[in-house]
Amino acid sequence: MNKIINDFSITVGTVNGSGSSTANNTILRAIFKMGIPVSGKNLFPSNIQGLPTWYTIRANKDGFIAHHERRDIVIAINPNSFARDLASVVPGGAFYYADDIKQPITRADIAVYPMPIKTIVRNDPNVPSDFRDLVGNMVYVGVLAQMIGMDMNMINAALTFHFKGKQKPIDMNFNAVKAGAEWAKANLEKKDPFYVEPMSKTEGLIMADGNTAAAIGSIFGGVQFAAWYPITPATSLAESLNDYLPQLRKREDGKHTYAVVQAEDELAALGMSVGAGWAGLRAMTSTSGPGLSLMTEFAGLAYYAEVPVVVWDVQRIGPSTGLPTRTSQGDLTFTHFIGHGDSHSVTLLPGDVYECFEFGWKSFDIAERIQTPVFVLSDLDMGMNQWISKPFQYPDAPMDRGKTLFEKDLEEIKGNWGRYFDKDGDGVGYRTFPGNKHPMSSYFTRGTGHDDYARYSEEAEVYLKNMDRLKRKHETAKQYVPAPVLHTAKGATAGIIAYGSTEAAIFEAQRQLETEHGIKTEFLRIRAIPFTKEVDKFIAKHDQIFVVEMNRDGQMNQILLTEYPQHAARFKSVAYGDGMPASAKWVREGILAKYERTVTSDQKSVSGARKKASAAKTSSKAKPVLRSKKEAKPVKKTVAKSKPSAKKAKRK
Amino acid sequence: MTETLPMAGATANVNLAGLSKNEYRGNPSTLCQGCGHNSISNQIVSALYEMNIVPEDVVKFSGIGCSSKSPTYFLNRSFGFNSLHGRMPSIATGALFADQHLKGIGVSGDGDSASIGMGQFKHVMRRNVNMLYIVENNGVYGLTKGQFSATAEKGLQLKKQGENPYMPVDICMEAVVSNATFVARSFAGNPKQVKELLKAALAHDGIAVLDIISPCVTFNNNENAYHSYAWGKDHEEPLHEISYIAPRNEIMLEREMVDGEIREVAMHDGSTVILKNLEKGYDPTNRFEALRVMEESQQNNWLITGLLYVNTTKPNLTSLYNLVDTPLNRLTEADLRPERAALDKVNALMF
Repeated sequence: MNKIINDFSITVGTVNGSGSSTANNTILRAIFKMGIPVSGKNLFPSNIQGLPTWYTIRANKDGFIAHHERRDIVIAINPNSFARDLASVVPGGAFYYADDIKQPITRADIAVYPMPIKTIVRNDPNVPSDFRDLVGNMVYVGVLAQMIGMDMNMINAALTFHFKGKQKPIDMNFNAVKAGAEWAKANLEKKDPFYVEPMSKTEGLIMADGNTAAAIGSIFGGVQFAAWYPITPATSLAESLNDYLPQLRKREDGKHTYAVVQAEDELAALGMSVGAGWAGLRAMTSTSGPGLSLMTEFAGLAYYAEVPVVVWDVQRIGPSTGLPTRTSQGDLTFTHFIGHGDSHSVTLLPGDVYECFEFGWKSFDIAERIQTPVFVLSDLDMGMNQWISKPFQYPDAPMDRGKTLFEKDLEEIKGNWGRYFDKDGDGVGYRTFPGNKHPMSSYFTRGTGHDDYARYSEEAEVYLKNMDRLKRKHETAKQYVPAPVLHTAKGATAGIIAYGSTEAAIFEAQRQLETEHGIKTEFLRIRAIPFTKEVDKFIAKHDQIFVVEMNRDGQMNQILLTEYPQHAARFKSVAYGDGMPASAKWVREGILAKYERTVTSDQKSVSGARKKASAAKTSSKAKPVLRSKKEAKPVKKTVAKSKPSAKKAKRK
Repeated sequence: MTETLPMAGATANVNLAGLSKNEYRGNPSTLCQGCGHNSISNQIVSALYEMNIVPEDVVKFSGIGCSSKSPTYFLNRSFGFNSLHGRMPSIATGALFADQHLKGIGVSGDGDSASIGMGQFKHVMRRNVNMLYIVENNGVYGLTKGQFSATAEKGLQLKKQGENPYMPVDICMEAVVSNATFVARSFAGNPKQVKELLKAALAHDGIAVLDIISPCVTFNNNENAYHSYAWGKDHEEPLHEISYIAPRNEIMLEREMVDGEIREVAMHDGSTVILKNLEKGYDPTNRFEALRVMEESQQNNWLITGLLYVNTTKPNLTSLYNLVDTPLNRLTEADLRPERAALDKVNALMF
């Protein structure tokens, strides 16, 4: 049997609340420490204890570590998902299971390894009885380690990290790992092809989750006030603030330069943050879709009253409560237009854990420079899962507090100023903060119509002038928001626009499109709205642009259509959202379904698409990535779907 | 601030802060003539003037409604934030973290605080935010032209609404059970008491709730007013007649109430409230007693006035956070951005 080295996925099926996350993170971290590109995705239910939960790990020597539907190795610990887990193993794959589960093994095309987890743990006198289930999870780590060749020292390093160097739990868990490994060595015969071998591809990299990164970034951005309300998957962002603020902003006098308040709900969470932002603090809140719905009212006020505040939306899939523990990019249009009346927001779109850190500090600069709420859209996959990242880098610019006036400034201008007076022509006025002792410092903030001097006004001209200025301010924002990231390719026949956490899946899909279908693509990852000139340029360059995103309706596509009506025919929406992290499979299939060989010809493009569809089928036999009939199915859509666009082309 | 000080030898009346009363005033009111809210605004001006509080040390907050407009009518020199319906407490909570030396003055109404804002009202109480929280309580929605509010008496008649079928919310009772540290009630037509309670509330460190019965002059209605007038007449109280005859004038008590006194006062809409001053010797530091007298007055349909409850031992919200002495909104990058070495440490902390 040919060995498959550093290129497979592991799925662990356990019971929610059984403490398997330590074990799964240990596998992930040990593989990372072995220098192998790896990702881990926790596919968990909205439940505290009892429901089935899965953890998937993908190791890939080439760095393609997006979510992968293929299940090469499955570890089944949960009797309730046993049959499903068994059925999910790819032919030729490996199936490990806890041998206390007495259910029929119906597969002959896979390697099957029973593990006497309970017996092994019971035989260890050092494991207290109430720790047996918890520590038992480490037995499968040991068995797996032995069978795929994981480095025991790296497992130890992972446990040392997890237990923050506390020797007792490290030993207890590591002994269970060793016991599992020893048992496997003595009793199991290797019958599957999957192995890990050390590489050096993760050197100098760190592993972190986006919520932690966002919190740390915010701290380096000088956050002074955060109000929040618990909601999956955003909770750990605020909790990370509580974890890291005391260490990172420690002062000799023991006093605090910040406050974190758990509010009574999301309305109050943003309300407090808006109050603090208005009064001159770097203020933020963090939430997810349902919370953002509640915050809409304050978002509109902050837009109109021009209050800087940062709102993190760690997206989960909606509508409504939706699937609370599944990921999505479904809040984009909502955030973009948030609030009643005419409004548009500044939105930042971090694409990985590093950018969660970077946008953590940058978002405050933008919010205070533009004097507006800034929304940062992360998602559950990025926010809660461990990602490989380059180390966080110190902000490369000093804090930008925007236009402010303190006592001495007012002294100089003899108190002659107007809060909403556009002195500089960029739409952004000057701010003063409560506590300013100059008698001309104050102004009255309101969500009602107001003039340059913040006075109440219902005059039509005053209203229009103000709304025009707000629009001008949005233009100004383009100078300050992060530019997109362009991945160029010579001879590209199509462009891809995407944002957020889908990058890894798109890289992999790009390679598949090129090697299996001969389609070369250029990829622009948008990192902010309003769109900067780089986006204009990219769109003008490509005749067909696939807008890839994790939602049903193609929300980025909708915004692009609105912003670039002159290029409307170029955009092809590749939108899909089932709550799972993006995979190369749906990106590739989505693009293939709408790809046109030559946009200007009519019938040719249809036949071209047909040819391509059959090519996809053919190549699917050769490549392991396209296997089952089910996977080939969406390709059929290619022909049907490409027809209307071909007709459109003909009409031209 | 030198330019606001009086010239040497000038005869201007100034307080110990060197400010004339005019410097505490706001814009002319756009509320209805005779509205109790205007009287309250005037008393706020007087109280702050007499207490020598510098306007720059005060921040005004409000929600939405007639009452919430009133912060424009006093303290022009103070910062103000007229926010969202029922959400004033959260704005104030966040803003007051920016400078813990500032005093908040929030003006809300029964519509703003007892309905949509009930949640935030109760949470600002339990957090003991350092602010005076005035509820200008008239039992109706004025700006939307006369609907029942949640503090309206059961059985009250309004022109378009008919009879109010629900039991009222008692602002003071809600405040006390939510662990507010200063709770008082007054009547806009009793300016002396209003001012004294305002002063006591402003001196209180923490949340101070002042529920002020403030009659609405506009949404009265003749038919019902007759009805109420008749009802009032049965009770033979002198004051309701005055209010009925001159409905566009602000309702004022003819003379101060004394401790323990019960007095019936007719509102502009013809309904009647019965005020009862707290008894002499009442101990406002006793929470049980406060709840008891409120329960008793509810049963008797009295609106008990005076300082109902005070607790000076609880720390205010910001003091719980052990903040630096410098106001947070004056800190600079040196205070706020950790050093480069700290980030190296963070990276080392990550796996």
